[in-house]
Amino acid sequence: MSKTGENTRHDSAIKHVTGRADYTDDIAEPAGTLHAYLGCSKVAHGTLKALDLSAVEAAEGVVGVLTAADIPGVNDVSAVHAHDEPVFPTETVQFYGQPLFAVVATTRDLARRAAELAVADIEVLPHALTTREAMAQGYPDVTAPLKLERGDVAQGMARAKHRIKAAMEIGGQDHMYLEGHISLAIPGEDDDVVLHCSTQHPTEAQVIVAQVLGVPANAVVVKVRRMGGGFGGKESQMNLFASVAAMAAKKWNVPVKIRPDRDQDMSATGKRHDFSVDYEVGFDADGRIEAVEGQFAARCGFAADLSGPVTDRALFHADNAYYYPNVRLTSRPMKTNTVSNTAFRGFGGPQGVIVAERMVEEIAYALGKDPLDVRRANFYGIGARDVTPYHQTVEDNILERLVGELEETTDYRKRRADIIAHNATSATVKRGIALTPVKFGISFTATWYNQAGALLHVYKDGSIMVNHGGTEMGQGLNTKIAQIVAEAFGVDLSLVKITKTATDKVPNTSATAASSGTDLNGMAALDACEQIKARLAGFATERWGDMCKDVQFVGGKVLCGGAEHAWADFIGQAYMARVQLSAAGFYKTPKIHWDRDKGQGRPFYYYAYGAACSEVSVDTLTGEYRVERADVLHDVGRSLNPVLDKGQVEGAFIQGMGWLTTEELWWDNKGQLRTHAPSTYKIPLASDKPREFNVRLAEWSENPERTIKRSKAVGEPPFMLGISVFEALGHAVASVAGYAQCPRLDAPATPERVLMAMERLKRDA
Amino acid sequence: MAQHRNEIRFLLNGAPVVLRDLQAQDTLLDYLRLERRLTGTKEGCAEGDCGACTVLVGRLCEGALVYETVNACIRFVASLDGCHVVTIEHLRGAEGGLHPVQQAMVDAHGSQCGFCTPGIVMSLYALWMHAPEPTDEQIEVALQGNLCRCTGYEPIFKAARAAGTLGKPEADPLLAERAMVTAALAAMHDGQRVALGGAILPTDVEDFAQVLAENPDATIIAGATDVGLWVTKMMKSITPAVFIGHLSVLRRVMLTDRALRIGAGASYSEVEALLAQAFPYMLPYWHRIAGWQVRNMGTVGGNIANGSPIGDTPPVFIALGAKLHLRSTAGVREVLLEEFFIDYGKQDLRAGEFVEAVELPLAEAGVLHAAYKVSKRRDEDITAVAAGFAVKVERGVITRARIAFGGMAATPKRARLAEAALEGQPFAEASFEAAAKAVGDDFAPLTDWRASAEYRSLVAANLFRRFWLEQGAAREAAE
Repeated sequence: MSKTGENTRHDSAIKHVTGRADYTDDIAEPAGTLHAYLGCSKVAHGTLKALDLSAVEAAEGVVGVLTAADIPGVNDVSAVHAHDEPVFPTETVQFYGQPLFAVVATTRDLARRAAELAVADIEVLPHALTTREAMAQGYPDVTAPLKLERGDVAQGMARAKHRIKAAMEIGGQDHMYLEGHISLAIPGEDDDVVLHCSTQHPTEAQVIVAQVLGVPANAVVVKVRRMGGGFGGKESQMNLFASVAAMAAKKWNVPVKIRPDRDQDMSATGKRHDFSVDYEVGFDADGRIEAVEGQFAARCGFAADLSGPVTDRALFHADNAYYYPNVRLTSRPMKTNTVSNTAFRGFGGPQGVIVAERMVEEIAYALGKDPLDVRRANFYGIGARDVTPYHQTVEDNILERLVGELEETTDYRKRRADIIAHNATSATVKRGIALTPVKFGISFTATWYNQAGALLHVYKDGSIMVNHGGTEMGQGLNTKIAQIVAEAFGVDLSLVKITKTATDKVPNTSATAASSGTDLNGMAALDACEQIKARLAGFATERWGDMCKDVQFVGGKVLCGGAEHAWADFIGQAYMARVQLSAAGFYKTPKIHWDRDKGQGRPFYYYAYGAACSEVSVDTLTGEYRVERADVLHDVGRSLNPVLDKGQVEGAFIQGMGWLTTEELWWDNKGQLRTHAPSTYKIPLASDKPREFNVRLAEWSENPERTIKRSKAVGEPPFMLGISVFEALGHAVASVAGYAQCPRLDAPATPERVLMAMERLKRDA
Repeated sequence: MAQHRNEIRFLLNGAPVVLRDLQAQDTLLDYLRLERRLTGTKEGCAEGDCGACTVLVGRLCEGALVYETVNACIRFVASLDGCHVVTIEHLRGAEGGLHPVQQAMVDAHGSQCGFCTPGIVMSLYALWMHAPEPTDEQIEVALQGNLCRCTGYEPIFKAARAAGTLGKPEADPLLAERAMVTAALAAMHDGQRVALGGAILPTDVEDFAQVLAENPDATIIAGATDVGLWVTKMMKSITPAVFIGHLSVLRRVMLTDRALRIGAGASYSEVEALLAQAFPYMLPYWHRIAGWQVRNMGTVGGNIANGSPIGDTPPVFIALGAKLHLRSTAGVREVLLEEFFIDYGKQDLRAGEFVEAVELPLAEAGVLHAAYKVSKRRDEDITAVAAGFAVKVERGVITRARIAFGGMAATPKRARLAEAALEGQPFAEASFEAAAKAVGDDFAPLTDWRASAEYRSLVAANLFRRFWLEQGAAREAAE
């Protein structure tokens, strides 16, 4: 039997380790499958005068090309229908690497070679690559900015004993999912097309493909069994690939597959937003914050994509765990001549949180305090000092207990003192330690996204099939949902099968994003279970009388009226009695609402919390460093599956650490991304893992809201625990100047930035 | 002219393969996935940096069968003649079912999205074969060439530690088949030159020289860790392509009482044991060259012959006074390694000539050595700055300094001004401080995505300070 709360392994674990788990590129290609490849711009900004594809069309194996002129429907793949993201541009090229056309050939290799033969006549225009360049050049916002305001900032600042005004640069991040983008489109009769697509958002791929083809959504079916990683990079970025595959499949009436190589994947798809933040913080002698003002400008790229909600979420998390009595936060979602940035685990939240932590550092160094004391002094209160900049009251605050427990188990105070003593005598290797919290709001801020459906069949042999709107990208969503269903029916997990997510099984799904997969789809699946159980209870009452009203489903048995029926027998009888054994479940998150114009509401159903304590050692001659130890205590409410949750926490921590350490995106002055593959873009390796890495779940926590089994979302919140590594690096850096100055590291803190920061501090000391 | 064979023969998992319709640039990964539908091996990057395509290749090495991990994405099929390719599909336990490494990965929850998993399993399998009870350091080294974006690696470490408790290498099915495989591979070696699809596999070193004389523009392919990318990334033509990985004479590494002689075809992994014996200080540096798969494929000769300004072996070898043996049908000539690099992309290599070996003179008494590599990420990253130090100290005076840098100029280059600042000076902190200042005039490095010019210059100077701290200050403290 399997229940929620147990350490059930990932349902595909054996397939993973044997190589038998099929990803989209592993699906046997139907006979005659053709292959598409994109031809891309080598100019960052310019007027497209002409596109000569004659050599492309004449190349070996080429069946034809697709340009903007071949688009039967709307030439737009914008996730927010902003009409600013063409499949292929017709007038203006907006970034280096922008797809201009596609070529279709008999093999992928031939298509790829042919794509190189295009001649694009582009009249070069001036470009802006960075947020600050764009602001200086008067570039527009790609989408409407947001302002969050509470209290009186001017008064707060005036009252504050200390004020610090500074800036922080925060780098972006490539998803570097191991499986890149891929779509396989198989044409059907009439307008129909079926797509196998590596996507977190099958419904969006369906809607966009239908729009590009100019057909109704019911003509398009999108399926995804699993992804080789998503992390937000497949929430909207599959739109282009799915559209090209579908267009080609319909045009030539053959199956068409498109799979960019890693370089094209990284150059032509969006990433985490870089931010340039200007902040001012006013605080009292005890380090209590009086007022905060911040402008969060983001490198959004050439189009809106999800930059609106991403920059919104940055503001929603610019408080992290801290109460700002007076606050004004504004976003500047800047247009730039770079690829349009998109969702990435945390969705702007991490860029907000790290600024809150920077302000804590400013205060701590200004007052000569332990940053943890500054954190504590500013934690949200319980019953007071508990209103966020967006006017939501923090009702489920567990920061004190969580942080207190971690502080104690890690022996933080003593270790910090030891480190400071060590640094006083160590010539080249300096150590640093930091304990940072995270509070992360759970729910899509686009309120309508907080809904989910599930389709559940009980077959007459007792086996169960579940479909739901979520997608599996490694997080173990299908495993958790199978646990929920198995527990609801009291049957063994082996009876529950979950396969492909498909838009013809469950319609109008939301992206598997915002950490919401289990919260939403788990509840929808449970709803379907409850419907069937109610019918089964009705059947039992009808068959065996009123004493069977309280029918129980446990241990593979159905218990009613003192009798015990084997599950399969019971189901067989229910079928014979013509009971409907299929149900569509549905769920929508209660309580949430959000008025963006006013900047007020309750966008989040609840918060997830966590804390991490990291210790680093830094080589002051090269800036190279190592994470010596990291301890995490994370809140997942009442865990549905502790090992899967722990896996999410560990993986998120390392990914967050990567974002802030070695993962550096570097564009040359022509606008070409030069870190476009793992040879140049460095995500953490096994040897970058903290030497000692202790991850615990806060077992005492349970969600006060009525979520699925009182659990909490886990995908994104622990990503921000990686900030503890960044802050620890800052601590080590500050040691070279006696901790008298805020180290003001920019992110990512590559060895170079660390070394240069130490040099700066020594110079300024 | 001798009889040529026009087919490539190898073992794939349990069965022999004979290929006649093959092009020089065909990669093992495409062959596995597209021709054989062995889709357990994945493409993550097609440049040998992510490890999702890791497979084992077994080959006869001086008669003994050795298995090594390689990146199938940049391994050319033509280079597999006489080899045994083992993919994830071939793994099984002693009694069938899951292999101990696979079982350990399942038990430890070592997979999430699963895309990197087959490659990780293959790397852990290779580790388990020779170290069933690995240390954490061995696990780190074994996984240097495998990226996982989901797990944060912790459960993979647990799996690596546990695999040995679930089964021993002695019971491994692959080991049980060893005699049969050895015989089958031995039978494939017929001593003939192989030529097909623009690929040429010479019979021996003499024949290699002959092939080059006939095809002076040929691409020489040893480990293919660079040339592989010319194909997968740049879609360049590489024909005619001379494959030399099978020439075991070129792979020999010999340690005499005068020098370490490294055959140009020896992989980094093959060099490791004797290098560590002759120059123990170099081992940590060696482990920071690429990942395990690339060290199993890439060759010292290739690293030198390519003339890259950021190759990892030249700076440390130049510091040792390394000599190259260059060979052609005209004979062999010797060149000092530091003189081999003329300018960016230009080496002292004549038409029809190839690097046959590199010779590292053993250290004299009184010479202090160091090898430094600085990169953005510690492991499996391309160098920002690399340096080799050889400083001779006699009676407290620096009598000779040979210090070479990579990443600081268009070629690997000695820091002549810094050397001059040291020579004749007392072995003291002030001398190294002077050299740290002087090295700023030796080089005018570039800014790129790996590092800025300022950082490179500062680090280069600091490496002199490091050398003093490690070799001088430490010694002073000891005395």
